[in-house]
Amino acid sequence: MKLEEYQGVWVFIEQIDRVIEGVSLELLGAGRKLADKLNVPLAGVLLGEGIKHLASEVITGGADEVYIIDHPVLKDYRTESYMKCIMLLAEKYKPEIFLYGATPNGKDLASAVATDLNTGLTADTTMLDVDVDNRLLEASRPAFGGNIMATILCKKHRPQMATVRPKVMKALEPDTTRSGKIIVETISLAEEDMRTKVLQIVKDVTKNANLAEAHVIVCGGKGMGDLQNFGLLYELAETIGASVGGTRDVVEAGWLPHHLQIGQTGETVTPKIYFAVAVSGAIQHVVGMKNSEIIIAINKDPNAPIFDVATYGIVGDAMEIIPKLIEEFKQVPINQGGEISYA
Amino acid sequence: MHIVVCVKQVPDTKIIKINPKTNTLDRRSAPAILNPYDAHAVQEAVKIREKTGGTISVLSMGPPQATAVIKKSIEIGADRGYLISDRAFAGADTLATSYALSKALERIGKDLPVDMVICGKHAIDGDTGQVGPGIARRMDIPPVTNVIEVTEVNEQEKTVLIKRKSTNGNELIQAELPCLLTVEKEINSIDYSPLPNMIKAVRYEPVIWTVADLENVERTQLGLKGSPTIVGKMFTPPKPEGGKRLEGSSDEQVKQLMGILMEKKEVLSLQSSK
Repeated sequence: MKLEEYQGVWVFIEQIDRVIEGVSLELLGAGRKLADKLNVPLAGVLLGEGIKHLASEVITGGADEVYIIDHPVLKDYRTESYMKCIMLLAEKYKPEIFLYGATPNGKDLASAVATDLNTGLTADTTMLDVDVDNRLLEASRPAFGGNIMATILCKKHRPQMATVRPKVMKALEPDTTRSGKIIVETISLAEEDMRTKVLQIVKDVTKNANLAEAHVIVCGGKGMGDLQNFGLLYELAETIGASVGGTRDVVEAGWLPHHLQIGQTGETVTPKIYFAVAVSGAIQHVVGMKNSEIIIAINKDPNAPIFDVATYGIVGDAMEIIPKLIEEFKQVPINQGGEISYA
Repeated sequence: MHIVVCVKQVPDTKIIKINPKTNTLDRRSAPAILNPYDAHAVQEAVKIREKTGGTISVLSMGPPQATAVIKKSIEIGADRGYLISDRAFAGADTLATSYALSKALERIGKDLPVDMVICGKHAIDGDTGQVGPGIARRMDIPPVTNVIEVTEVNEQEKTVLIKRKSTNGNELIQAELPCLLTVEKEINSIDYSPLPNMIKAVRYEPVIWTVADLENVERTQLGLKGSPTIVGKMFTPPKPEGGKRLEGSSDEQVKQLMGILMEKKEVLSLQSSK
């Protein structure tokens, strides 16, 4: 493998039902920085059926080039068909870095491609940088349950691949003055050759819509004591139009269903206001909420790690503070607040 | 049906501690367990076998003490287990790991053709989820990841109907056999092992293979040598500064908090009870 033959930073643009996934735009933002440091083009790779019109969004999102394969067999994601396309493009155009969102489909695809390309793949990256002198991608990720960060390098193989955690990188503001090159490739794919078929798709509208899109979240931890006490948080949430979430402990105690879990093995959220009530702030929880704009922590224990990430901290008993907070909010005359928060 | 489940012995990362002086795992702080996702994978194989009959083999790559997870798998209901253990495998990243496991699967398949491979979604120490699809590619069988239900196995048609968790919903997938599945925890719950299983597990001696027992192995693709990725450095995540403490009695704290929140009142959707 002649490393110098490989040039360019690529981002897999994941689209579902012809809508580009947020993480792909975030990766264009991150990829733009890497490409600028390496002085190479940033390209998006767009696969699907009837998706050519999405190329402009990829370019305004920061790409210099968009590689497109548009084919009926690509309508829904399948490992087999998608990886054939990626292999064709990667072997022909030889990118040096190739980023994917760490979504179920992104990880599935990247794992298959890395094996066939016989190259290195780092999973669930949360920090990206590049060693310009050595043209090495520095992909860092939490290791051992999140207690420590590891920087992974792929020194002698290309492309250097990584899947990147959603909602960590920042997308660029769309720049409609940007122009770019669109490269349409063709491939021979037959439905009869496919060994998997997508028979039905059920979109989960309820599942994470609450948490993922919420502008205000009230999250409770085990420190609430019991299910009845936890109910107070629902009252607070209702009073201020917030969504309710919980830590893994709370879900395992059966106080909340799994889809409302916030943290490393649950949801990652980025609300404007995050209330962490009786939450200790273990790193596995914090990774799921630390990008919230304002974090308000309420905990009896002054040494709870949550106070390290909180914008404002109250050392106190949630069972005292929350009822008082609810009362205060109920006293607010409706013309002082009451704006609908969700766009 | 011959189902092979890939299993891994991992430290319990829920409770493991880092030695703050050396920034390395204090392995004594947490017991070694069967990777929880792999336990669900074995359980799913047991559920499938209830309908189809057949054999469940488990396969693991690890040091000699990893026989413990083979035995644990027998407890759950597997019929037999293979451990590939060799210094040559040490230091393997996901590419080298899927290579070694696929070579073992070749050998297992020679004795009894493999109809399905099941893996846990990811191991809780590596957290990558990359080995399963890698094995599938090397065996040239289709992978289906994030499986939450095996709805139906059709042995005549040689297909399986699967529910998969995708990026924003669920999908119903029909896959041809042989195929490889990686499973989520929610696919099933682990049953209590009946006493006969426990006794069988205690008595069971796993088959242990070294590199020499596998065929057509390119040694350069094993272990550290066969790993394109390497850990460049480890560092503790930068500790955030911590913000402002609101002091005083609980009434005073709440008043201060209200002041802060009212500045963001456009974000709140206040429901006054008055």
